[in-house]
Amino acid sequence: MSSQLIGIALIFGVAIALAIPIGRYLSRVYKGDPSLLDFLAPLERLIYRICRINPGEPMNWRTYLGTMLAINGVWLIWGFVMLLIQADVPLWNQLNIPSMEWTLALNTAISFLTSTNLQHYSGETGATYFSQMAVFTFLQFVSAGTSLATGVALVRGLQAQSGTNLGNFYNDLLKSCTRVLLTLSIVIGIMLILSDVPMTFNPYESIVTLQGDSVTVARGPVAALLPIKHLGSNGGGFFGPNTAHPMENPGFFTFVVNLLGVLLLPMAFVVFIGYFLNRRKFATILFAVMTGCFLALAIPIMMQEMGGNVAINAMGIDQTAGSMEGKEVRFGTLNSAFYCGVNIVIPAGTLVSLHDSYTPLSGLFMLVGMQLDAFYGGLGTGFMYMFIYIVIAIFIGSLMIGRTPELLGKKVGIREMQIASSVIVAQPLLYLGATAVAAGIYTQTPDAANTLKWLSNTGYHGFTTMLYEYVSSAAGNGSGFEALADNTPFWNLSTAVVMLLGRFIPIIGPVVIGGLLLEKQFIPQSSGTLPTESYTFGFFLVAVIFIIGALCFFPALAIGPIADYLTQ
Amino acid sequence: MKNHIFPAIRLTLILLVIVSVIYPLLVAGIGRLAPGEGKGETVSVNGKVVGYALVGQKFTEDRYFNSRPSAVEYNAAGSAGSNKGPSNPDYLKVVQARIDTFLVHNPGVQKADIPTELVTASGSGLDPDLSPVAAKIQIARIARIRGLSADQLDKLVDDYTKGPLLGLFGPSTVNVLKLNVALDQLK
Repeated sequence: MSSQLIGIALIFGVAIALAIPIGRYLSRVYKGDPSLLDFLAPLERLIYRICRINPGEPMNWRTYLGTMLAINGVWLIWGFVMLLIQADVPLWNQLNIPSMEWTLALNTAISFLTSTNLQHYSGETGATYFSQMAVFTFLQFVSAGTSLATGVALVRGLQAQSGTNLGNFYNDLLKSCTRVLLTLSIVIGIMLILSDVPMTFNPYESIVTLQGDSVTVARGPVAALLPIKHLGSNGGGFFGPNTAHPMENPGFFTFVVNLLGVLLLPMAFVVFIGYFLNRRKFATILFAVMTGCFLALAIPIMMQEMGGNVAINAMGIDQTAGSMEGKEVRFGTLNSAFYCGVNIVIPAGTLVSLHDSYTPLSGLFMLVGMQLDAFYGGLGTGFMYMFIYIVIAIFIGSLMIGRTPELLGKKVGIREMQIASSVIVAQPLLYLGATAVAAGIYTQTPDAANTLKWLSNTGYHGFTTMLYEYVSSAAGNGSGFEALADNTPFWNLSTAVVMLLGRFIPIIGPVVIGGLLLEKQFIPQSSGTLPTESYTFGFFLVAVIFIIGALCFFPALAIGPIADYLTQ
Repeated sequence: MKNHIFPAIRLTLILLVIVSVIYPLLVAGIGRLAPGEGKGETVSVNGKVVGYALVGQKFTEDRYFNSRPSAVEYNAAGSAGSNKGPSNPDYLKVVQARIDTFLVHNPGVQKADIPTELVTASGSGLDPDLSPVAAKIQIARIARIRGLSADQLDKLVDDYTKGPLLGLFGPSTVNVLKLNVALDQLK
């Protein structure tokens, strides 16, 4: 076990070491400075000419968000329609897979549009190769591009000089796709394919096994989908069990590549903030806060899982390998639990092991990590959540010591606070409200276990299952306690609403605040300022995050994972 | 809003061509250089494909090294885990039954030595591997049925054990399919 721990520490170290140069590179790209991939510039110019887009046109926050929402609308319609008619698309379709029912198609299109990738279908039986490429892979790229672009726009809003220009959304989107996501995807795709991850458009193959059973083996263009699934904090796997499937994750090398893929850009984004705003200390403190909180959530999960399932311990077998239900031998319990921790705080939500079978207290840390959503967090969007917490912490902190709230030299006024508070209240309202409705329906339906058939694990664990589904939807995570029979009109439509609001409220709110702050005059720091670039503020920020989190979330946790733990 | 729609549609079409056509075909092209040509590495016996190296298959007969339990009986076109909660009473009954079955098929094995992976289902339902411990605990049974010596089988498992990556990352594993193919060839 100790050598496994050293391995994990080394992987984490490599992620940080790679994030620094990439963060620096991001800063050059979005400032428009000369950078490594400038040879793509003629291609980009050609694209702009065809689209009749002027990439240099400045946009204020209204225009920036307007263009963002318009193109997202186009993508939603594209995804929804293609999934509705996937059986009739003549291209890349040799599997005889039927088209999706409309609530499932809507849910799936929204889940990929919002970078959530909830996946109420199962990859092998529910999606054609065409849908995997032209809907899922496409939406994974452009939704990640949207996250990155809007994240960059928020950071531009924090610059010292005053103005209204948050950048050009089309330019940010296209550069995010070509110069960041596509380039890294090609590199990672090559690594995966050389490690035996399949990349074929041939249909499934039938074979007779050594023992004499006939089986059909699913495969497909997997290696192209995987890189962007991880890089873009998306998480929608090619196969049903996600990255636990041996064709998505053949061995420990691909495990490391996939893990780095998830960590890389959210970490690099924090470094980017430091270079872009030329505020290294601010970024360092952010990075320290995020890393500390991440470890505080991931380490207990690892300990819980290594401790094994209490009920199985009582049966008297050898459980030194940890709780192995839902986990793969080639990763082992400790590495799987670490991977789970990473994918909880970063809403990629990819799985190498099934979270439903984790021990009860692990479920608690998963829910807290997903709900706070800011310890690195999603690509671009993680900083948006953290930004909201920062605004609130500055406001509370300044009031406590009787000073005017200022953030990086800009005064935080009433409107900014109103928006920040609305965003922070909207999230818990969404997932707690939706869980309350679902639990209400379940308890009010006579003989719900047999008529609704939602839950195969009942009691407190069943409540956690429903809570997890909505928290995961609101946070854009997309992992699930998969024992939930979620492909029903109720779950498809209710999670679709939660995903849409849970995605766009936390993007619109911070970008508007960024736009408003940018318009204000810069005030040099004085003795009357609460110093935000200090470790004291870092500790204070952590306290505020956990108080806010605990206040709105503890009651739900108490009747979910905590009760599950106490009664096991 | 209206003047945002047309540039959005045009940009969408171009991005579709880039990320959904050019990019996958590029990766597929590079895939031709991979060991399995991007189609997945297969395992053959006498020229006949008996499985994919990566995809676990069901081994329940006593004369083979048994693979782990699977929630989908190793259905490689419909993979899934059990998703059973740790305290689910039905699930715990299943685990207890697996322990009892294992003890019946492997007389002489102490209950306290049964590795947990042999009575729990994997996440994918297609776990191709066992840990060396879980393979070796089955040796006595297989040696008896096949009339082979335990030492011979012990060496076979060692030969097919893949150590951690670079000696540091990840656990040791044995690919069950490859192990059983080799087992069939032992005299």
